[in-house]
Amino acid sequence: MERMKSNLSRFRGYFEQTAKLMVGVPDYDTYVEHMRVQHPDQPVMTYREFLDNRLEARYGAGKAGCC
Amino acid sequence: MSRIVNHAPWLVVAVLGAFSLGTVALARGETINALWLVVAAVCTYLVSYRYYSLFIAKRVMRLDPDRPTPAARHNDGLDYVPTNQYVLFGHHFAAIAGAGPLVGPVLAAQMGYLPGMLWILAGVVIAGAVQDFMILFISMRRDGRSLGELIKSELGAVPGVIALFGTFMIMVIILAVLALVVVKALTNSPWGFFTVAATVPIALFMGLYMRFIRPGRIGEISVIGFFLLIAAILLGGQVAQSETLAPLFTLTGIQITWILIGYGFVASVLPVWLLLAPRDYLSTFLKVGTIVVLALCILLVAPPMKMPSMTRFIDGTGPVWSGSLFPFLFITIACGAVSGFHALISSGTTPKMVENELQARFIGYGGMLTESFVAIMALVAASCIEPGVYFAMNSPPAVLGSTAEAAAQVINNWGFVITPEMITQTAKDVGEVSILSRAGGAPTLAVGMSQIFSELFGGKSMMAFWYHFAILFEALFILTAVDAGTRAGRFMLQDLLGVFFKPLQQTASWAGNLIATGLCVAAWGYILYQGVVDPLGGINTFWPLFGISNQMLAGIALILATVVLFKMKRERYAWVTMVPAAWLLICTLTAGVQKVFHSNPAIGFLAHADRFRTAADEGRLLAPAKSMEQMRQVIFNDYLDAGLSALFVLVVLAVLGFAVRTCLQALQSDRPTAREIPATGVVAEAGD
Repeated sequence: MERMKSNLSRFRGYFEQTAKLMVGVPDYDTYVEHMRVQHPDQPVMTYREFLDNRLEARYGAGKAGCC
Repeated sequence: MSRIVNHAPWLVVAVLGAFSLGTVALARGETINALWLVVAAVCTYLVSYRYYSLFIAKRVMRLDPDRPTPAARHNDGLDYVPTNQYVLFGHHFAAIAGAGPLVGPVLAAQMGYLPGMLWILAGVVIAGAVQDFMILFISMRRDGRSLGELIKSELGAVPGVIALFGTFMIMVIILAVLALVVVKALTNSPWGFFTVAATVPIALFMGLYMRFIRPGRIGEISVIGFFLLIAAILLGGQVAQSETLAPLFTLTGIQITWILIGYGFVASVLPVWLLLAPRDYLSTFLKVGTIVVLALCILLVAPPMKMPSMTRFIDGTGPVWSGSLFPFLFITIACGAVSGFHALISSGTTPKMVENELQARFIGYGGMLTESFVAIMALVAASCIEPGVYFAMNSPPAVLGSTAEAAAQVINNWGFVITPEMITQTAKDVGEVSILSRAGGAPTLAVGMSQIFSELFGGKSMMAFWYHFAILFEALFILTAVDAGTRAGRFMLQDLLGVFFKPLQQTASWAGNLIATGLCVAAWGYILYQGVVDPLGGINTFWPLFGISNQMLAGIALILATVVLFKMKRERYAWVTMVPAAWLLICTLTAGVQKVFHSNPAIGFLAHADRFRTAADEGRLLAPAKSMEQMRQVIFNDYLDAGLSALFVLVVLAVLGFAVRTCLQALQSDRPTAREIPATGVVAEAGD
């Protein structure tokens, strides 16, 4: 039962990640973890700054559309 | 022995697929069930994925699980993030799936479903999926660089600029044609227009909500937005019934065209968080969700295919689009079989996020197979409605006339049984005044989808709701594409123009922005306008032009892949990309030349111009022109379209020339000259 529950929550996590990445937003926790491990000296963007940053990356200069 | 056991299940799949394909192909006269197509397609995908894509991965590319991917080398938590392959697959699929695989197969159904189906299956296995996979591979080995940069570094600067210019032209045509699909669907349809117009305030509300009320709650606001959309569809039904409101939302094609042009301009200069991003959420989730539901519904309903497997129109006299099976079928169905636009996606975000090289096979090849399945579903949806209704919806007014009686007579003469009552009843069922001459795929698909959906949910009384749901679903993501495309086109244009006049290049300057946006909107708006006033319905003229340009881009991408294989000294495997590249070049160059020089005015632009010129010289007016001024306009447009076709042909030939030269040089070299990032390359610190 416990295992099923953890499987379910993992599945939910993947589902959410997939849906977010579909609209160009990668996983925020992964980003925070990356900054913590690799660049402990640098400031970490808040979730809101992170979203704005990704929005600019998705629709900013040099992006192409789809068919 | 164990090897045989391993292959045994695949043999079963292959035999099942061959049997289904045989059943579809050999059905003559009798109606077959759509499930045969589905099974044939899925078996083809499974076998090609298991064997052909594995061959490409192992032998041609020699994917190396130990080689660091761009995500591993540049991991920054933002652009470069090692991502679970299923998550990335979802992202990649959502990025490549669009209106293309839905519209092309619907238009191709005029020849019957068999030719379209065979091309979709053969095309995806040999060309489309190979292209997506190869470009993903090439970009992945080069830090996730874009197609333009790849061409520049492997082929040279001049072909790089040529390809960039070609991409811009393709973008303009794609935007015009997609917008045309929306115009065709919303003309004189108060319900449809109201619903689609309502998405703008809904998106604005979502944008403000995300910004100021509950920042960053993407899931929450998307659910709220979805319910608002459903409310808008229901309200639209009321509006269409109201005597005072309905006329306000009943607009002609030309009015809608101007609204779209204005909208495109405003939307692409507004801040992205306000309109574009929230609508992107809605359209992406609605698109993927509807595709999944449609697949389930087709499996559960198992509709019979009412369209003949082949119609008399394979001779090229069809009303929906002009031109014979070869080469025009192969450019009418672009996305779904092979699409050059995917090369831009495969060299965009996806290569920067692949966790392990081996996963490129599932994401690149597998993603395209899934897209191809969407095309098969569109073909099923278009073929399970009455053929008479299909032709009533997709033939131009110049052929059908403007009444149900006239249309029924014309269609009966083609040998498809239909009565005027059937036409008016279908319109009534879906809550529209008329369904005549709504070419462009979306409305036809909507009728097919509403038939399939209403069998499961709500019966006939729900057909009108499902019809407008389907229209909304397509219009929504087409508008997102128009908006995002105008923005992207603007940046490309600023890049290109910046070569001549530096200040234009600054994407932050308002003047530069407005000028480039204006030019970009004017370019697609002009073509859109021509399409709307065209008596042949616009789609007839412009869809082939879109197909040619899109397939040519695919040709260029496959040429690049061939060059890279030569430069890697793997020329013995170069046939993997040379065969599809050659086929695409044969089709698109033939089609491009025919569009310019064909003696039939319905196909050749110059012949069409001649016809109008002769009439003008004699002082006669030909529809749609109502004055001599307009006659000259038509002639001018013909020359413009002929010029565009010719330009595309020249672009491809130029790239081909550069490619042959580079391949010959690579053959003479005794070691690989491809510019890959070395496997043991120094791990660079994250570039920001």
